[in-house]
Amino acid sequence: MQEIIQYLFSGVTTGSIYAVIAVGLSMLYSSTELINFSHGEFVMLGAMGIVTLWVHLSLPLPLAFILTVAGVSVIGMLFERFAIRTAKKHQPITLVIITVGASILFRGLAMILWGKDPFSVPSFSKHESIEIAGAALVPQSLFIVVAAFILAGAIHLFFKQTLTGKAMVACAVNKKAAWLSGIPSERIGVLAFIISTGTGAAAGIFIAPITMSSYDMGTMLGLKGFCAAMIGGLGSLWGAFAGGILLGVLESLGAGLISSGLKDAIAFILLLLILYICPAGLFSAKVAKRF
Amino acid sequence: MAEQKRIFIEHSIFMLVVILCGIFIENTYYLQIMTFIGINTLLALGLNMLMGYAGQVSLGHAAFYGIGAYTTAILSTTFGISPWIALLCAVGGAVFIAFVVGLPTLKLSGYYLGMGTLGFGMIVNIVFREWSSVTGGSSGFVGIPMLEAGSILFESGSSYFFLVWAVVFIAIIICRRILSSRMGRALRSIHDGENASMAVGVNTHFLKLQIFMFSAALGAIAGFLYAHFVMFISPESFGFMVSVKMVTMVVIGGMASVWGAILGASLLTLLPEVLHSFQEYEMIIFGLILMVVMIFMPQGLTRGLLDIYEHSRKKTGKIEQLNLNFKD
Repeated sequence: MQEIIQYLFSGVTTGSIYAVIAVGLSMLYSSTELINFSHGEFVMLGAMGIVTLWVHLSLPLPLAFILTVAGVSVIGMLFERFAIRTAKKHQPITLVIITVGASILFRGLAMILWGKDPFSVPSFSKHESIEIAGAALVPQSLFIVVAAFILAGAIHLFFKQTLTGKAMVACAVNKKAAWLSGIPSERIGVLAFIISTGTGAAAGIFIAPITMSSYDMGTMLGLKGFCAAMIGGLGSLWGAFAGGILLGVLESLGAGLISSGLKDAIAFILLLLILYICPAGLFSAKVAKRF
Repeated sequence: MAEQKRIFIEHSIFMLVVILCGIFIENTYYLQIMTFIGINTLLALGLNMLMGYAGQVSLGHAAFYGIGAYTTAILSTTFGISPWIALLCAVGGAVFIAFVVGLPTLKLSGYYLGMGTLGFGMIVNIVFREWSSVTGGSSGFVGIPMLEAGSILFESGSSYFFLVWAVVFIAIIICRRILSSRMGRALRSIHDGENASMAVGVNTHFLKLQIFMFSAALGAIAGFLYAHFVMFISPESFGFMVSVKMVTMVVIGGMASVWGAILGASLLTLLPEVLHSFQEYEMIIFGLILMVVMIFMPQGLTRGLLDIYEHSRKKTGKIEQLNLNFKD
């Protein structure tokens, strides 16, 4: 029992990081219909940014956080401007290869800038761990889960309350109609890229103290983010979030109770099951559309 | 008739080039690279049938490559079975798995199909890595025997080069026969519009499944040739990046073109070799080339270069016309 609670704690922690990655991917997909295979690299850049700014340059944590997220968003914006927008009319498969090329490029750049050795980042909070029903809860985990919820909540409010957010939803529903009613869909696409890569960087910052950060950490995280987004339903915000948490919990339980070698396989087995049984995802209100 | 004649000439040129290369190139390094090009061409040919002609994306095709390699490695090394029987098992196994996996997966399309095949590829790769009592785990599988047929021992060198390219040649002929048959026309109709082709009576799902199984078989043969050539395999050779590389070969060479597959395979095999001299900048340059080619030549290099050629001819044509006007 005690063990299971412990697994749940760590599962929810990693799950909320997957959730943030999935939210970014899913948002980008709904407003630009692009699946960004380099999303994981933006997560990696976020983790590496916090390594440099907070650990090495010892800037205050909030400042380092803001600078990292802003910096990665700018990279995301440049990527949209120079690679994606130039190739807008291409087939989806060419766009996928362009994003894969970008991910190799970012990984190569990170390898030169930060080297091949992994870095460790100390815990964000110095408090002692709390004991609940015999299982230790690290304050760090609480911090990550709360931050993930705040992030998703902020995006939710942005979509529901602000004019720009509503314009973005309109673009997701029907781009042409949105354009006809005077919404600059091109600029909305850029904004979607900025938010998506920014949340990716935030996820990278959250994960940095839990695992070792290295230049090649991004690919697997990005792929797990896809799985989470698919499980919840591509294009839905809270669906992607719930998919992330579910994935994290199942992964942690599977690794703990069955075998740790199986950990990475769980995400993909879930993905296949979801695709076969209900391709629209578990929490999506939309009717299944198999294209 | 003219079409048949053209194909005959193309095949003759292809054979001539292969034979000349095999005889006159003595440098083992070059022969080795060209053997790898042949193996990659097989992979690209199979995926091209699926992607280029039937229009179905697969982001997990390295799984079949790996299944071919591991089946022959396990059967011929651990159990001491003749590699040629292992080849049959490898192809049979890959085709069977393609059938089982393809049955539900190929009902999906677009990004969903891409994600489904990706998931399958990742699971197979994790099995290679974690089932270490059989596959040797992440440290790899060593001691795969060399191929022999009668008195010929296929060592790395010109004999293996000829073996691989002979297989490639047969594969090209089979692909072309399929494409010019009723099945090939039906495949192309799926690519242009699945509903329309269903409406005229094509059993699209079964056809997609057949072509998926065919490309899995080619992948398994490539894996077999790879395993007995390098004599050491590890899960990294069949991971997600390899699947992506296969897709890139098809797209960069130009989809729906048999010669495009050879071009794509050659480029993606040669490029890393050339970029080795840049050492740590290798990844950056590789990523940039990939992006730039795809941004400016989305139809692939074969089509892209032809377009540039035609464009420049038009331009010079215009200039000549201007000159003529000027003279008047």
